[in-house]
Amino acid sequence: MGREVTAARGMLGMACPGSGRRVSAVGDVGEPAGRDGGTRARRRRVGVVGAVSAVLLAVLTGCAAPSGSGGGTGERGRVGSVAAPADDPVRPFAAPGEDPEPEKCEDGSDPAESLKPSGEAGEAVERIQDRGRLVVGVDQNSFLWGYRDPTTGKLGGFDIDLAKEIGKDILGTDPDITFKTIPTDQRIRALEKGDVDMVVRTMTISCERIEEVAFSTAYFEAGQQMLVPKDHARVKGFDKSLEGRRLCYASGSTAETLMKEDDYQQLGARTLRVPNQLDCLVRMQLGEADAIVTDSALGAGQAAQDPSVRLIGEPVTVEPYGVAMNLEDEDLVRRVNKVLDDYRKGGAGSKWRAAYDEWLADDMKGTGEGGAPKPPEPKYRD
Amino acid sequence: MTQPTAAPPAPPARPAVAAPEPREAEPRGGPSWRGASRRLRAEATTEPGRLRLIGAVLAALLVVFGGITALQVSERTSAAGDVVERSQPLSADAAKIYRSLADADTSASSGFLAGGDEPRSVRARYEKDIREASELLAGAASSSDGSRPADRQIEVLNKGLPVYTGLVESARANNRQGLPLGGAYLRYANEKMRGELLPAAETLYKAETSELRRDYDAAKGWPWAAVGLGVVTLVVLVWAQRRNYRRTNRVFNPGLLSATAAAVVLLLWLGVGHTLARSSLTDSDEQGARSLQALNEVWIGSLQARGDENMTLVARGAGAEYEKSYKKQMGELFGRPDSPGGLQRAQALADDSTGRQSVRNATNSLKRWQERHANARAKDDDGAYDDAVEMVIGKENSTGEAFDRVDRNLAKASAHEQQQFEEAADRGRGWLGGLGIGAVVLAVLGAAAVVWGQMRRLAEYR
Repeated sequence: MGREVTAARGMLGMACPGSGRRVSAVGDVGEPAGRDGGTRARRRRVGVVGAVSAVLLAVLTGCAAPSGSGGGTGERGRVGSVAAPADDPVRPFAAPGEDPEPEKCEDGSDPAESLKPSGEAGEAVERIQDRGRLVVGVDQNSFLWGYRDPTTGKLGGFDIDLAKEIGKDILGTDPDITFKTIPTDQRIRALEKGDVDMVVRTMTISCERIEEVAFSTAYFEAGQQMLVPKDHARVKGFDKSLEGRRLCYASGSTAETLMKEDDYQQLGARTLRVPNQLDCLVRMQLGEADAIVTDSALGAGQAAQDPSVRLIGEPVTVEPYGVAMNLEDEDLVRRVNKVLDDYRKGGAGSKWRAAYDEWLADDMKGTGEGGAPKPPEPKYRD
Repeated sequence: MTQPTAAPPAPPARPAVAAPEPREAEPRGGPSWRGASRRLRAEATTEPGRLRLIGAVLAALLVVFGGITALQVSERTSAAGDVVERSQPLSADAAKIYRSLADADTSASSGFLAGGDEPRSVRARYEKDIREASELLAGAASSSDGSRPADRQIEVLNKGLPVYTGLVESARANNRQGLPLGGAYLRYANEKMRGELLPAAETLYKAETSELRRDYDAAKGWPWAAVGLGVVTLVVLVWAQRRNYRRTNRVFNPGLLSATAAAVVLLLWLGVGHTLARSSLTDSDEQGARSLQALNEVWIGSLQARGDENMTLVARGAGAEYEKSYKKQMGELFGRPDSPGGLQRAQALADDSTGRQSVRNATNSLKRWQERHANARAKDDDGAYDDAVEMVIGKENSTGEAFDRVDRNLAKASAHEQQQFEEAADRGRGWLGGLGIGAVVLAVLGAAAVVWGQMRRLAEYR
């Protein structure tokens, strides 16, 4: 299945992705490890195949809620950044065929820089500990990331595993965690209102968003990519093969902004806009679309639901995911960064890697050398 | 009146100079107006000629009166028959198609929420809805001649239904695999239903209902031509008899008198029969057809609200739009203080205690549903998705249970109104029964009486 896919990156309704080259990972990338993780995903896939060819996906409300709740607030922001002249060194998107660069803010800073990790409990951490319960905003529609398996009623995914790890660190083993489903466009508001302690929901760190919420260091890196049928695909990538083909993306998504760039417009694709990126997979299965543009993380979720589609090419944006928290909860940000440090540590034997293998390994390529899975390097500003 | 038949026949004012049997005299060639009017004038110069002329005019008036009455009555009878046998059933069928589709969509989403545990009853309900809709569509298509405005909608529905069911099956299959793609398929199916099928069904329903309105209007329209002719006939009859009386001093001409009686009977029959038929048809319309329409509106509204409620959960956290639509549907049902909603309209149109009670019960269940809905939403918003699903599709104390009550009460109310409609409409049709034939018989008798009466007068000139 989607083994050839490239680095995962995902994001839904995100806002400005950065552009940047795919990061080179720091850290050791490891050797392939963690086999066990893959079994679950593989088992799932086999079942699916057996049954319907249509398989499926994750919805992500992320890229836009169904019928319209719209994409995340960030979209607009990204459009703003897109306004930079084409020859500006800080381009939001790579032209077709070029390597993408991560986003840089106006003052030249990197939005993905966070606060130094610390295990000390401050006001916010104590608030959670006193309550004895961690409230996390998640998605239950993003396959592989945060989704509810209708047959078991349980939430699972890469984001959910991370949230559990954070809960364990703050509250001890077997923590009481409330997972609240929040739509893409409500992520920031829920944090501001204090409805949730943090949002772990394929949320891209962007210059616009760091004004409103605090992000942890990046725990994943996604980017816009294309999804096509495995066999007899009419579209081969962001090139001439797009001419006259029907390209599907979610309205309000980064993909939409990307495809409106002059460089991409010139490729001559016809477009099909739907409320949610997963709707694109439905349309492609029904023969109403030839290719899908979405971010790699969500694309992996789609590929995992339909063994007959795959991600192709390299991501054309760099979109780091972070855990979002209230701007005032600095101690919590440091605490989460500490958890992330531990999470990434250990190379092929890390918890990060275990989660990656369990959820993502089958459907995407890593960001490390030769497609090896590798977490993004943490960056700090203090 | 008591006038003896004393006076001898008045002598002809002028001897019969005239009238050499005009018919025989007519040479070949088409009757020319000039020739005809000349003959008439000649005829009118003698009393027997005048008598013949008056007799002919009266007989013709009576025959035309009877004929027009029969014609207009048969138009109204057939329009009333159309109301009962064609347009109301078609309108009811269209309403059923509309409802079945909305119900199918609701059942599909309920079953989806239950996942692999989909209760057989829910699946059976979905299948029954689809089957009924297809059968009714086939029936509607076969009763159409391809030119009615409804036909295009039938075509849209016939093409769209298989597409819709295909999407629902894909949604089920994916959902059973635990794949979120199932939800995306169901949303697409829901979009097709809401965006294409239901609007077509609504247009079809409206088209059939406006045909019903037209048939009602045709059945209830006053037969002015027949009534007017009846009055003219009577006036001429009275005038002819007064003329006879003046000239002969005889009060009665039995022939003319019989003709007058026939005309009076026919006119009264027409007037009273039509008035009664009209009033029964009005009853059937106001107590039946309009109530049914109001109920149907409420029914469809509650089905869509139920669908929205389910889809809010199917969307799993991204269902804000569905929740908005749910609130809109409920708002339209309950109305606002300044503008009555569908429930108030249905309540106002329900004209007996049975009908009103069912609407009241439905209203109460809707209120309970809303309360439970608010609780379920609160649970879902708080992260307790499974609890919320149970509160929506569970067997007891769920919004689904309240919805089922609404559904049952509306079904009961509709059946009651349908029965009222049929009774009143049949009654209306009954009042016009026999009038058509009666008109012809009375008219012919009347005309014969006139001829007989005038012959007797004419005989006096021989």
